[in-house]
Amino acid sequence: MNKLIDYLRERLPNVVWTCYGILALVLAYSLVVDTSHAHTWVEKHIPFFWSFFGFGAAAAVIGFARWYGHSGIMTRPDYYDQDAECNGTCATTKSSGEHA
Amino acid sequence: MFSTFTHPALILIAGALILPFVRGPLRRPYLFLVPLLSMAAVVANSSLTGQHGLVQFLDWQLVFGRVDRLSTIFALIMGLMAIIGTLYGLHVDNAKEHMAAWFYVAGSLGTIYSGDYLSLFLFWEMMAFASTFLIWFRRGKGSLAAGYRYLLIHTIGGIILLAGIMLRYQAVGDIAFNLLDVKHPELYTWLIMIGFGLNAAIVPLHSWLPDAYSEASFNGSVFMCAFTTKTAVYVLARGFAGFDILVLLGVVMALYGVIYAVMENDIRKLLAWSIVSQVGYMVAGIGIGSEMAINGASAHAVAHILYKGLLFMGTGSVLYMTGKTKFTELGGLYKKMPATMICTVVGCLSISGVPLFAAFVSKGMIVGAGFESHLNWAAWLLMFGATGTFMYNGLKLPYFLFFGDNNCSNETWAKAADPPWNMQMAMSTGAILCIVVGSVPALLYALLPYPVDYHPYGGYHIAETLQIIGFASLAFFMLKKYLVPEDKICLDMDWLYRKAGSSFLWIAKNPIQWFDTAWGEAYRVVGLGSLMTTARFWSWFDWHGIDGVVDGLARSVRAIGDRVRTLQSGQIQYTIYFAATFAAIVLIAYVFLQLS
Repeated sequence: MNKLIDYLRERLPNVVWTCYGILALVLAYSLVVDTSHAHTWVEKHIPFFWSFFGFGAAAAVIGFARWYGHSGIMTRPDYYDQDAECNGTCATTKSSGEHA
Repeated sequence: MFSTFTHPALILIAGALILPFVRGPLRRPYLFLVPLLSMAAVVANSSLTGQHGLVQFLDWQLVFGRVDRLSTIFALIMGLMAIIGTLYGLHVDNAKEHMAAWFYVAGSLGTIYSGDYLSLFLFWEMMAFASTFLIWFRRGKGSLAAGYRYLLIHTIGGIILLAGIMLRYQAVGDIAFNLLDVKHPELYTWLIMIGFGLNAAIVPLHSWLPDAYSEASFNGSVFMCAFTTKTAVYVLARGFAGFDILVLLGVVMALYGVIYAVMENDIRKLLAWSIVSQVGYMVAGIGIGSEMAINGASAHAVAHILYKGLLFMGTGSVLYMTGKTKFTELGGLYKKMPATMICTVVGCLSISGVPLFAAFVSKGMIVGAGFESHLNWAAWLLMFGATGTFMYNGLKLPYFLFFGDNNCSNETWAKAADPPWNMQMAMSTGAILCIVVGSVPALLYALLPYPVDYHPYGGYHIAETLQIIGFASLAFFMLKKYLVPEDKICLDMDWLYRKAGSSFLWIAKNPIQWFDTAWGEAYRVVGLGSLMTTARFWSWFDWHGIDGVVDGLARSVRAIGDRVRTLQSGQIQYTIYFAATFAAIVLIAYVFLQLS
């Protein structure tokens, strides 16, 4: 397995172009598939709808999470440690050996 | 083996109590045998229907064995997970860890088979207390505090549940646990729902989950990821199917978990956030309440237990071998942990709903039920969340853990290797089951509570899924520089109670302690001095006033006594003399008074 992964990593441009090819095939497949089982109008009438949806949703999640995280939600790892030092548990936890 | 109902929880509890006495070479076979027997009891029970294990307690009828299709499918997957989890931790010497895990599973199975609120509550609390030890047994820096927080939150949840049960008993007059009247909810309906919902990690009652699961021991979290939330899903499906509010809460869970998982730097905390998100799909399905939705929730619970258990086993192996759980301290591990990588990737593909893997055959049922029930807003948002799930769990986790930049220290890299054989065997079993469920969904569908009219491998569903996966992957690789994990933690709603706890301690240690000290000093200086002066005065008064009077009287009485004593010589003639004299004096006095 390691050799296969290393082989592919050494040929990354080819792997990327293969992926683009697969994406093109998926797009082509979506044009010919029977859409009678679609639940909504947009699925039936907008070509490549789920491709746009997938890309848009992923980009939106990345963008929102980054904005939300950097608006103060993400903070230093020892944020709560000062509280822990004050509540008397440190002496116990530090004295006991951690195991996985 | 079992012709009548045999409670699998009893087997696990008895097995746990005997375990400390089974030592040496018999320990490992015994560890494997007990959950296997428990699973055999579950399988045997699945051929039964109706109520078993009836016990009359005071005025109440306790039902320890309600067997139907809903309880059977949940009991089967719990029994299976107990075997896989025990196999994964087979090499752990600490018998107490296995005992805690078995009591925890027994609590879950007991809850699932309970037909009344009293026995349900008993097993419910057994789950909470036993699982706390799975956190404490890690003995990590934050495990002790996390365990206490976990226990505290679940105790509060248990009290709310008990309050709901008691109010319901007062209103209805029985303790049978069945579908509640969710169209006309009373106060007790809400209380019971909150009690169940806390264990299901419904936002905003969810913070205990990422806090506790990321601090549990490497094998403890494998158990924890399966039992608490999915048992809560079972009781919600049993009691609250069609409760509208659960649709909204489920959708919020699905999206909230995605955002936090994307931000997360700790691999096991990422998976914990993923549980919040995935359980959201099940809660939403229960809220939709149709047969297809309940089937979807049940199927997704089974698939979720399999792939989440597998993912926690994979990340647990990383923790067990390297001692690290942060992306910023790991990376590039495919070279050192190839078997772990393959199994973890199977779990990632399964949770992402990739065709041939577990969630592909379950998640679509819930989303489809949303569309069919004309809850399009919910179905769209769940699809949005599913795309996010693929991005953080199908791409971010394997990429930054196994393939991305190598952030390992020399020591970490040296320690990295695939785990012991039993851990690999457990992971392989989980991976195979994920593929079997995804590839042959009829096996799963045959167990669902209602007849299934759903065909996941239709052309449209496959095209839809491949487009989402393909173009979400494109977005990931174009934007992955914004996803590079940072060595930070994410503040969540536990901030409120953690800060409230810290504030309480600060208030106790500062103003209250200061006031107590000042009061003590003031008492010493003012109160004690005054008291001593007053005491001295009363001592003086006692000595010179009260004692003077009392002692004076006493001295007088004694003097009189002395005089009287001298008169009493003991000779009769003197006595007659004094008596006669006294009588004469009295007589003379009387005569004199009469004459005057």
